[in-house]
Amino acid sequence: MHHTAILFLEFGAVLLGLGVLGALALRAGISPIPLYLIAGLAFGTGGILPLATSEEFIATGAELGVILLLLTLGLEYNADELVTSLKGNARAGLVDLVLNAAPGAIAALLLGWGPVAAVAMAGVTYATSSGITAKVLSDLGWIGNRETPVVLSLLVFEDLTMAVYLPILTAMLSGLSLAAGAVTVAIALGTVSVVLLVALRYGRFIEAFVASPNSEVLLLKVIGLALLVAGVAQQLQVSAAVGAFLVGIALSGELAHEAQALLAPLRDLFAAVFFVFFGLQTDPSKIPPVAALAALLAFVSMITKLATGAYAARRAGIARAGRARAGIALIPRGEFNIVIAGLAVAAGAHPDLGPLAATYVLILAAFGPLAARLVQPLITAIAKRA
Amino acid sequence: MEVEQTVLPGIGLRHEFATRDGRRIGVVSHRTGRRDLVIYDPDDPDRACEVVKLNDEEADALVELLGAPRIVQRLNALHRDVEGLVSLQLPILAGTPYAGRPMGDARVRTRTGASIVAVVRAGQVSASPGPEFALAPGDIVVVVGSPESTAAVADIFSQG
Repeated sequence: MHHTAILFLEFGAVLLGLGVLGALALRAGISPIPLYLIAGLAFGTGGILPLATSEEFIATGAELGVILLLLTLGLEYNADELVTSLKGNARAGLVDLVLNAAPGAIAALLLGWGPVAAVAMAGVTYATSSGITAKVLSDLGWIGNRETPVVLSLLVFEDLTMAVYLPILTAMLSGLSLAAGAVTVAIALGTVSVVLLVALRYGRFIEAFVASPNSEVLLLKVIGLALLVAGVAQQLQVSAAVGAFLVGIALSGELAHEAQALLAPLRDLFAAVFFVFFGLQTDPSKIPPVAALAALLAFVSMITKLATGAYAARRAGIARAGRARAGIALIPRGEFNIVIAGLAVAAGAHPDLGPLAATYVLILAAFGPLAARLVQPLITAIAKRA
Repeated sequence: MEVEQTVLPGIGLRHEFATRDGRRIGVVSHRTGRRDLVIYDPDDPDRACEVVKLNDEEADALVELLGAPRIVQRLNALHRDVEGLVSLQLPILAGTPYAGRPMGDARVRTRTGASIVAVVRAGQVSASPGPEFALAPGDIVVVVGSPESTAAVADIFSQG
């Protein structure tokens, strides 16, 4: 068969399969991310139906998926919100960082994977999935709840932390010397601060350049700008994903909404490809040996997120039931954790890191939203009795 | 009464306050224009036990329902404070001379010296309506002036 024909057949089958899985997830009321990962496992090396030709194509699609995920995430926030959140919640944000980066880092060190893998695993257990959590909040009608701003500002804090963390991780993974690494990190921090400053002061100029009444022009300009900045960021070893995130932050207001609506279908397509690609890279036969460890890690980091949420909510003067809800809302892990693990795997980290991260995210992306759903009546009952 | 405003990063804004009876209510304003009317659980004051999603039109309707009588009430209170000034709410009944005609036709200010400050229609307040404003049966005209002049306006709208 012709090469192009096989490519289309394979890619089409994958997307169709994802569509069916997505429909199942919707019906079950869970996030489709774990199902996409499982699909990737099935299609990858050692899976039940390995792909022959389309893997390279999917790899490029996955890179685009990361860019689009972070660009749209950046579009959700504007620079003012980021600064306000940083000011008001720095302490809770730091507690979140310390409590939740610890399980991954300690696990990697205990396993003898070395300091670089420890930094990567710290990121894997740290970041809550803002996508899944936002969906849980809106599905359960928790957006109006008084603890919700606490949860949202923690998510903002985490996303900002990522803008600093990803360049550090990229520098460490590329095996730079301490001095070169420090320069890279300094460049990254400088870039992040400059972009925030530009977005705060001169965001309107960027908007004036990008804005267009024609949605086609707007789409091309926004994606073009994001890819360009991502490319520059990648070249500076700052991580392409962070570049795209910063472009998203610099755009705000009405323009950001429009761009978000235009990008949503593209993001959904390529993000799904990204999750599949991560599954593709993971050999399913490697999962059983790390499954118990992943479950333990998931359990521990569930407890640490609960504690984080409870602490942050208590500081905001929220009662007991609300504190529990804040903690539960923070449990889901998803896109960022896979992005981090993906970077580590691509740089040739320990062979068990990929399967461990995949299993870990599988558990928490599936269980997080379910936990929130199951626990809701329980919390209400406790609050009624108290 | 204190209205608390909270930023919801990535979503929008939330305003909330406690009523005198101790219930908390709030409004979440999404950036998309959606409004959520939120009522908090008395047993668990942080939880929204009722969330009513409102689009632009529905939110406007609710505002007017809640706001219209308040504006007239406040107007009345205002005029009570000024000696010799009266405000009347005059219904335009079907079959009366000015139902369906522009308000200017009644030449209220010229004939009586009283002023029409608002027209309330289906709960909506039109403040300072111009002479071209067409009156319809069921409208309530809010008129301000001395006791004599406002009474004269009442006669004009009922008999012509």
